Amino acid sequence: MSTRTLISPARLARPRGRAAYRAVLVLVLVLFTLVFLGPLYWLASSGFKDAQEVIQTPPTLVPGSFEPANYGRAWEVMDLATLLLNTLYYAFGALAFQLVLDVAAAYSLSKLRPVLGKAVLGMMLATLMIPATVLVVPQYLTVLDVPIVERNLLDSPWVIWLPSVTNAFNIFLLKRFFDSIPQELLSAAALDGAGPLRILWSIVLPVSRPILGVVSIFAVVGVWKDFLWPMLTLPDPAKQTLNVGIYSLSNGVPVNVLIAALTIASLPTLLVFLVFQRNIMGGLTAGGLKG
Amino acid sequence: MPALSTAPRPTAPPRTDPPARTAPLATALRRNLTAHGFLIGAVLCFAVFSWYPMVREFLLAFQKTESGRTTWVGLDNFRTVADDPAFWQAWGNTLLYTALALLLGFAVPFVAALVINEFRHGQGYLRLLVYLPVMLPPVAAVLLFKYLYDPGYGLLNELLRFLGRPEQQWLQDPDISLLAVVIASTWMNMGGATLIYLAALQSIPGELYEAAELDGAGLLRKIWHVTIPQTRLVLSLMLLMQVIATMQVFVEPFLLTGGAGPEGSTTTVVYLIYQYAFNFNNYGAAAALGLMLLVLLAGFSAAYVKLSRAEDE
Repeated sequence: MSTRTLISPARLARPRGRAAYRAVLVLVLVLFTLVFLGPLYWLASSGFKDAQEVIQTPPTLVPGSFEPANYGRAWEVMDLATLLLNTLYYAFGALAFQLVLDVAAAYSLSKLRPVLGKAVLGMMLATLMIPATVLVVPQYLTVLDVPIVERNLLDSPWVIWLPSVTNAFNIFLLKRFFDSIPQELLSAAALDGAGPLRILWSIVLPVSRPILGVVSIFAVVGVWKDFLWPMLTLPDPAKQTLNVGIYSLSNGVPVNVLIAALTIASLPTLLVFLVFQRNIMGGLTAGGLKG
Repeated sequence: MPALSTAPRPTAPPRTDPPARTAPLATALRRNLTAHGFLIGAVLCFAVFSWYPMVREFLLAFQKTESGRTTWVGLDNFRTVADDPAFWQAWGNTLLYTALALLLGFAVPFVAALVINEFRHGQGYLRLLVYLPVMLPPVAAVLLFKYLYDPGYGLLNELLRFLGRPEQQWLQDPDISLLAVVIASTWMNMGGATLIYLAALQSIPGELYEAAELDGAGLLRKIWHVTIPQTRLVLSLMLLMQVIATMQVFVEPFLLTGGAGPEGSTTTVVYLIYQYAFNFNNYGAAAALGLMLLVLLAGFSAAYVKLSRAEDE
């Protein structure tokens, strides 16, 4: 790292400075590993303990018993395959809806500029000012009986997909990015006879790949982490998400089996994160302040 | 239009440049129709799932629905919730939660970012570690803490025993249950804030520190006079966001202590809203309570939007 920080390089170069730096570095590395990796190790290793050992005082750090069957039982008893597939289905459905509808809306607001477009954008952004939890009750009443079509959306994937489109933050991010695409590029394409859809598809989308990546990550992670809304709107156990399903079964299974289930549930996102960590962490800071 | 003369296909001039041939009104109409066509899907979703519920929240707060009949009841719903003994406790807990979350959830990630930023080794690893919990499904993270807090086989008490300190009843003790919830929540959520602070710290020009050293500033004075002023905007945005988020806390107390906790010590306003709506089926009271929270948080939200606009420019 070439940029200098709080502590001056001259000071670090001295033998005493270098020793202090090394000591603090090792200390911090150990501390962070214990604090952030320690609980995960404990989770995964407790999944291997037998029913007595997992609730014994004091707890054991290295499992004395070895019961890998807990993981199989967790998979069976909590029907984790169904819960995982449901969550994937909801998350990627929501992603598809957001990519199509929010991108189209942001493109329209940024480049096609319809009459009243500014007002529409303002009303969308206004939803960011309303605390989300305040809207849960009226939203729930709305999905019980959607106006005009008069349908009850409980237990259907629409109840996750459609409200996920109302993501003013994503629309704002997309619009801001589209605003930065030079108008001349689009005019040139229009002169060649490209319609708005063609321009969106062949010019805007290819140059917007970074922001589409950020928005996609937010969309998938949003559904993956949501708890209250799916708990309210997906009462059928066969249709629940990982979060809700594990919660509703958590009191009925032995501790070691539940811990094994938690480990399995944590694996997919942790693996995805380890593979895509650069994109995810880069997208986080690029996407601004919505952590 | 000079561009036309250079167009390679003169056979289709009306299509390549329609604005010159058609009446301006028709063109404007068609352009608007296309533009609205692109907008309509998202607008419909907003209308049904955001704007309509916003209006409905206001209406609900002043209505009562009994056996299918809706009547206006004025401020009755507000009186109902204010008379509830849990009301003041919930507000008190929420404010205490916010204060604790600011002490821990605001300061810890900033200090972590300051420390990580000083190292030339292992930065990638440390950033990865801090962000790991953010990727866990919240239920997994919260239930994991439930076991860590267990008075018998939990690791935290084992750690206290190891350090020779008295064990705690963590989630069962009304005096510290809220703190226990905040600690779990900080662990789960600090990754995002830490990375944002790190990005902000890395944009501070190093010369400022050099200049401060020439003036004889020590470590703390450098933090106070250079680091904090240089990251002020990000810090204040995160502060507002933290307040807005923590005042709406629900998942952590709901999963760790069942919502209310021992002697109601972890009842938050949002948990009370949840109870009114989904346990007592009193949507009016839930909406009234929600409106109170909305009014309180609207100011913070407006400040946040204003500040983030300032940051954009």
